[in-house]
Amino acid sequence: MMSLAAVQSVPTNNVAVRGGASSGQPVVQEQTAGTPAHGAHPRLETRALSVRYGGGAVGVADITMPVHANRVTALIGPSGCGKTTYLRALNRMHDLTPGAHVSGQVLLDGEDIYGPGVDPIVVRRRIGMVFQKPSPFPTMSIYDNVVAGLKLVGVRKRSVLDGVAERSLRQAGLWDEVKDRLKTGGRDLSGGQQQRLSIARALAVEPDVLLMDEPTSSLDPKSTGHIEELMVELKKEVTLVIVTHNMQQAARLSDYTAFFYLGALIELGPTSRIFEAPAEERTAEYISGRFG
Amino acid sequence: MTLRFRHIRDYAVRAVLVLCTVCLVAPLLVIIGYVLVNGISALTPAFFTEELGSPARAMQGRPTGLFHSIVGTVVIDLLALSFAAPVGMGAGIMLSEYSENPLNGPIRILTGTLNGMPAILMGLLAFSLVVRPTGRFSAVAGSVALAFVMVPIIARSVESVLRTTPWSLREVGLALGLPRWRVIVSTVLPAARSGILTGVLIAFARAAGEAAPLLFTSFGQNYLNLDIRRPMDTLPQRLYSLAISPYQEWHAMGWAAAIVLLLFVMACFLAARALSRAHGGRDA
Ligand SMILES: Nc1ncnc2c1ncn2[C@@H]1O[C@H](COP(=O)(O)OP(=O)(O)OP(=O)(O)O)[C@@H](O)[C@H]1O
Ligand SMILES: [Mg+2]
Repeated sequence: MMSLAAVQSVPTNNVAVRGGASSGQPVVQEQTAGTPAHGAHPRLETRALSVRYGGGAVGVADITMPVHANRVTALIGPSGCGKTTYLRALNRMHDLTPGAHVSGQVLLDGEDIYGPGVDPIVVRRRIGMVFQKPSPFPTMSIYDNVVAGLKLVGVRKRSVLDGVAERSLRQAGLWDEVKDRLKTGGRDLSGGQQQRLSIARALAVEPDVLLMDEPTSSLDPKSTGHIEELMVELKKEVTLVIVTHNMQQAARLSDYTAFFYLGALIELGPTSRIFEAPAEERTAEYISGRFG
Repeated sequence: MTLRFRHIRDYAVRAVLVLCTVCLVAPLLVIIGYVLVNGISALTPAFFTEELGSPARAMQGRPTGLFHSIVGTVVIDLLALSFAAPVGMGAGIMLSEYSENPLNGPIRILTGTLNGMPAILMGLLAFSLVVRPTGRFSAVAGSVALAFVMVPIIARSVESVLRTTPWSLREVGLALGLPRWRVIVSTVLPAARSGILTGVLIAFARAAGEAAPLLFTSFGQNYLNLDIRRPMDTLPQRLYSLAISPYQEWHAMGWAAAIVLLLFVMACFLAARALSRAHGGRDA
């Protein structure tokens, strides 16, 4: 996959211990991390994306928006407005929801992930997801959790897996806390640690895009702080789309903010503009806490 | 006044509940006691080491036992389990994990029907599927009949156990880019392992106690046989044969067989219970 190249071209920094599983990939210097060209083609783009659920309920309707590479895009809006629905459409998680129907396009580097012949498994390897609830695999050790995405598709080489485990755990800021207990169960960790484990697991397969649905909503402020720092660090390497109900979080972290309301995209723009000078009345009302 | 009334009501309800429990447990205890009293004398070492042989053997007081029935039971039940476990688990996984599968309707009807079918009909089914075509009674035929008893129980319990595992477990796996079957094999099944084992054990115990499906399939015999293509003896069917035999000595042995069978089935259920406790405890 070409687009893995963007990830690998990142200069070695304090968190990245790259190589491992994908060291056979060619390194193509087509895009330098940290300076993605504004207005260049977005990493991800949806065109007239609609999701209907069984029984005719509309999840989201006609969403057209770009998601820029190596940026954090925050989706905000009141409960039930379609944020999760939209996010899940971005890596074909609706495929297994009975009755759910997706129409429109989701372009990943210009290619429609809903196009004919596209394997959802390949899509999900490139577009990872972290869920609201920390969800380590209950029967696996911390180590096995992290490398699950590789080991379970046949990567067996110990040295490769060890390297990936350490790199991912370091990226997720969990390495120092668990390096001496990698073989113990993932369930023995605290909620915040479990969520960082989930992030490490998602990073281990080196996705281009990471979708996070309210990743900190069940965590205390300290763990939330950890994960927020992590996201800022991560955007050097991956493109992030996060759903959050926390306005400060969106304002602090994100580069772009999209305001959803009743299944529609009301407004999208650079975060500072959305928060300081929203163009839409409803955006202003929501941000200032007058509804939602 | 009202407090007093409440006390009385509380007392009455409790009394009724205790009565119900006694009604439920008492017959069981009576049966167990009766079986023990009648069979314990025949439960000699020879019972576990000797074949039955001809009636004369018992009547002349020579050592005789049900070694061959115990061995046969183990062989036939395990063989049945080896048929039923993959099929039943496959059906259960299909029903729970691949709900869009068009075959699920028919599978559900089939397992439902099998579940409600009298056990003797399982014997008939195996008779026409195995005994008729091969032209003889055999241990395999008995195993097939018992497998028919096990399959719907396993399928049902596997389906319901899998349904109780959180859906998020699958989504997490899928979001990592794992194929569906891999998610099921490596994350869902391990998480449900003890529940699945419990269901399999219960099915095993149920089938192990059945005599009817074996009467015209594995048929039974008085001597040890390890060839699964020939008739083989089992405890439930032997118990039945001994009970309807005209020999006093054999009746006593039948009671002893009942004790062994009872203990075996109880052990299975206790193990299943222990397993499901462990499961519930971990997931709570
Ligand atoms: N599986 C489903 N079946 C039917 N309708 C659904 C399903 N999931 C979501 N919906 C509906 O789609 C709409 C959007 O829901 P969604 O979960 O995307 O909202 P959300 O913005 O993520 O809300 P929240 O902030 O509470 O998480 C809601 O009206 C919801 O009732
Ligand atoms: Mg949501």
